[in-house]
Amino acid sequence: MSKGTLFDKVWDLHTVGILPSGQTQLFIGLHLIHEVTSPQAFAMLRERGLKVLYPDRTVATVDHIVPTDNQARPFVDLMAEEMMQALEQNTKDYGIRFYNLGSGNQGIVHAIAPEQGLTQPGMTVACGDSHTSTHGAFGAIAFGIGTSQVRDVLASQTLALSKLKVRKIEVNGELPPGVYAKDVILHIIRKLGVKGGVGYAYEYSGTTFAAMNMEERMTVCNMSIEGGARCGYINPDEVTFDYLKGKDFAPQGEAWDKAVEWWKSISSDPDAVYDDIVTFDAAEIEPTVTWGITPGQGIGVSEVIPTPDVMAEGDRAIAEEAYKYMQLTPGKPIKGTKIDVCFVGSCTNGRLSDLQEAAKFAKGRQVAPGVKAFIVPASERVKEAAEAEGLDRVFTAAGFEWREPGCSMCLAMNPDKLQGDQISASSSNRNFKGRQGSSTGRTLLMSPAMVIAAAVKGEVADVRELI
Amino acid sequence: MSQIKQIIGQGVPVVGNDIDTDRIIPARFLRCVTFDGLGEQAFADDRTQAQGEHPFDLSQYQNANILVVNANFGCGSSREHAPQSLSRWGIKAIIGESFAEIFLGNCTAIGVPCVTASADIVQQIQNLLQDNPEINIQINLETMTVVCGDLTAAVAMNPASKQMFIKGTWDNCGQLVQNESAIQTTASNLPYLTW
Repeated sequence: MSKGTLFDKVWDLHTVGILPSGQTQLFIGLHLIHEVTSPQAFAMLRERGLKVLYPDRTVATVDHIVPTDNQARPFVDLMAEEMMQALEQNTKDYGIRFYNLGSGNQGIVHAIAPEQGLTQPGMTVACGDSHTSTHGAFGAIAFGIGTSQVRDVLASQTLALSKLKVRKIEVNGELPPGVYAKDVILHIIRKLGVKGGVGYAYEYSGTTFAAMNMEERMTVCNMSIEGGARCGYINPDEVTFDYLKGKDFAPQGEAWDKAVEWWKSISSDPDAVYDDIVTFDAAEIEPTVTWGITPGQGIGVSEVIPTPDVMAEGDRAIAEEAYKYMQLTPGKPIKGTKIDVCFVGSCTNGRLSDLQEAAKFAKGRQVAPGVKAFIVPASERVKEAAEAEGLDRVFTAAGFEWREPGCSMCLAMNPDKLQGDQISASSSNRNFKGRQGSSTGRTLLMSPAMVIAAAVKGEVADVRELI
Repeated sequence: MSQIKQIIGQGVPVVGNDIDTDRIIPARFLRCVTFDGLGEQAFADDRTQAQGEHPFDLSQYQNANILVVNANFGCGSSREHAPQSLSRWGIKAIIGESFAEIFLGNCTAIGVPCVTASADIVQQIQNLLQDNPEINIQINLETMTVVCGDLTAAVAMNPASKQMFIKGTWDNCGQLVQNESAIQTTASNLPYLTW
């Protein structure tokens, strides 16, 4: 059993008590809500006559259903409009802070909380979205929950949970050129599997993560859930503190110094005990691309699509399903696979540094004929900052569309969708069947830089050749 | 609050590892403000592609209330719409090799017990259901056994969930709210609440 890790310390500090079932009642320091998974929770509160216990500890925004082109109200999609109105009404009725479209603060929930300094080390963070693990980048214990649990947090600011085990994932060394945080997490999931993390919190440590900026760390923690781990975190350090300093909700003045002291104290102890430790070498990681229908089905861009004989027996059935669905041939290189749509965005890779890196490769190049390519900033602040640097003009000059912030084609709840069996190069997090809005649509996950490489070549390409 | 000690009925096998919640309920059906009507959309795209051959469309499984699945069922998105759609289709319990964590928690919260069994047992049950869809299945949460025709096997569930189903406390919202003074005490010890 783990001892002395950040996870243990934060868990203990937030423990309200032990419930008769043996589960822990855990206090939630920051609760984030959005339009998709909250309306039924508010309905349940009303049904049961419950209040919101800590309205100040919940923050709302709208992201999943927002159109990224025409955002005029009412939305063309009347269902989306109804969800939007429900959130507007619920946040008003219960006195919850709401960052609406055009507020300058709207965006994907996992982008806006960090950029405003709402997410801080040592917190527990919950949201009705599995990518809540993103916030672990700050040394918070952050996890996705369902709608009944959103109700529980609204009503009690707590959740009933069983404690997770802690696996330390150590990656050491400098990432080779053209290899990014996205490649690191895709590599980890490839090696540990999509269910390898079930029952665990992942602690990412080692020199590779220490050298990453906060946005790169968010990319890594974001996809913990793709490896089965409900939460993933990185111990807070000077990079974390520098990022937070001066942010809207970060402590100021004397409180700042106290905060830093406290943040340091909740880090994992040098002699902390882990339930498991796994080590990787950064030098072995290539730009990684998924070829299948789970995020664990990834390979280096120079590799061939694996044949069943090189796989563990338990992986073969899902691989056969993937070959068929993806219309890809085992034994063939992934490089050169023709691409129809390119998407840079999402809570995984839609932040300013992602767009800056993408723009480096888009600059002076052109989207290949026949490819639809678009860039969706994660938030209104990201969009504004990117435009101030002229990134939008770099993209549009290269033939990319520049859109309004939202989740967009990561899960295609808005009008951005694949058509038929189109294949996309996507900086998002899931390549599940039908994920991007067409029941036969196909998704290849990769870093934003690799998406740009695919866009300009019209096929899966090695971004290292564009450096 | 209702105790759930035993689930008896007929089973429906949905074979395959890593069946994610996007497949259980595609995202376009999340454009809603209630869970009503989600039952009809369970496995919508898989069913379209199976052209009537998906177990949820086969006439012999239309009365089933126990779903039998393989490994890592319910991975991906945290959408409670997934267990809600299964429940509204008629599923009262799930037997599987393993479940993704958030999905499992969501099932527990809405009173749908998920029990695990070895890959071999799950496959045997799926085969029995394919050969004889009318066969009776019983899951007993007190003895942690499943009986399917002549097959009797051990199943597992984490002790907390087991207790919540047997005592009828799986909807624990009321319990959480009751502890308000302890909640306030914990909150008062968290430095960041006053920053």
